[in-house]
Amino acid sequence: MGKHIRTINRRALAERKVVACGECQTSCQSACKTSCTVGNQFCLKEKKN
Amino acid sequence: MVFDVHSQVLHEVDELAWELLRSGLNTYAEAVEKLGSRFGTADIAGALGEITALRARGLLYAPDPHADYDPPPPLVKALCLNVAHHCNLACRYCFAAAPEAAAKLMPKATARRAVDYLLAASGARRHVEIDFFGGEPLLNFPVIRDTVEYARRRGKAVGKEVGFTVTTNGLLLTPEIIRFLLNNRVNVVLSLDGRPEVHDRLRHTVRGQGSHAASLTRIRQFVSAWRQWDGPRGYYYLRGTFTRHNLDFADDFCYLVDQGFDKISLEPVVSLPCTDYGLREEDLAEIRYEYQRLADIYLELARQNAGLRFFHFQIDLDEGPCLPKRLAGCGAGHAYLAVDAEGDLYPCHQFIGREEFLMGNVFTAELRYDLVEHFRHAHVYTKEGCVRCWAKFLCSGGCHAHAYLENRSVLKPSRLGCALMRARLEAALYVQAAKNTPTAR
Repeated sequence: MGKHIRTINRRALAERKVVACGECQTSCQSACKTSCTVGNQFCLKEKKN
Repeated sequence: MVFDVHSQVLHEVDELAWELLRSGLNTYAEAVEKLGSRFGTADIAGALGEITALRARGLLYAPDPHADYDPPPPLVKALCLNVAHHCNLACRYCFAAAPEAAAKLMPKATARRAVDYLLAASGARRHVEIDFFGGEPLLNFPVIRDTVEYARRRGKAVGKEVGFTVTTNGLLLTPEIIRFLLNNRVNVVLSLDGRPEVHDRLRHTVRGQGSHAASLTRIRQFVSAWRQWDGPRGYYYLRGTFTRHNLDFADDFCYLVDQGFDKISLEPVVSLPCTDYGLREEDLAEIRYEYQRLADIYLELARQNAGLRFFHFQIDLDEGPCLPKRLAGCGAGHAYLAVDAEGDLYPCHQFIGREEFLMGNVFTAELRYDLVEHFRHAHVYTKEGCVRCWAKFLCSGGCHAHAYLENRSVLKPSRLGCALMRARLEAALYVQAAKNTPTAR
């Protein structure tokens, strides 16, 4: 935590342990269904609730 | 706020750090020369040190991780079953609007064949998905019930877990159907646009009457049962569409919260701007303002109700999707396909009926290779304008169907759609920052 910059995330995308397992929900099968926001999906293996 | 595109890291910065980053000032001498009249030299040295340290950790100025991206081989994992190409409403903005004569219900045998196709085509993937869509899918509830039971049984036999979603206007929900959906952990997306006058303006019954009151009654019954359900259950979301007629859609969000709902999504209508309700470039400033207003309202209401969710503000900076998922996007055409009543396969539900996008049929199980490859290679490194866009790993290149509707090419995203997406994501990042620090405004 710096005096001038406060980083909000705990980690960067590159630090993810589980990648490309293909098990998470398809983005357009969700409540968006036409806008294809992928960033607000969650990782099935990393998110516990 | 500063968002580092390739690391997906969000930083809250003070004025000095902002000036250094904005101006690209990297050396102490340069920085003192440009900013020395406004900031102390010790502070400048300190801020530069923080920037250098973050850069070394890959949290600032991170390089593009996949400039040479080659998408993985195609593998289907989700099917959208258009079980009812027919509806009990005649919403003006619906892309699936069909004349009565074209109305079709998917037969049980076709749905079962689609399940078989999904289980076979999904390879080693354990979690697969089926979405019941329409029209109004509950017009064909017997087939939904049979498909869920069949897919569970067949999935278990081959070691796969099948997830289900149904998108409904709620009008046909009965206690029996509600119990079935809850008992089978079906995710339920309930369509309601918000305030009565907003909903009824475009969402008519086939006789031209408003449908808000009837939908609201049934949807309330579902959500009440969902809350009281003891066992495992799917999620529910209330999903509304906003159009040019309600650019003050934050008021619709408030209305839906007032009605007791706490899982809400509001989507911009997908339409050409020539319609009276279609969004236009000239509406952008107002929409951007509205997303920011919605963000403040959401933050305030979320303080009183920890369970409140607005779907598009749910960006999880730490546990969101991995990079390959962000690059793959929705997977339409290679990982996600839509099936119509005859079993014909299309890249997604929005392409159904467009002959040039007919990919195959579940009874023959062969897909048009050229279309699979075309969609598989439609990603942020091939779509026009995406590589330089800060939102590329959050939106994954946007909706192919919207791009095609506007530009007759899935590789050329809708300019308006992109602007809407960025406006929404800016608000979402602001919400994340504000949740983590009360000073981030």
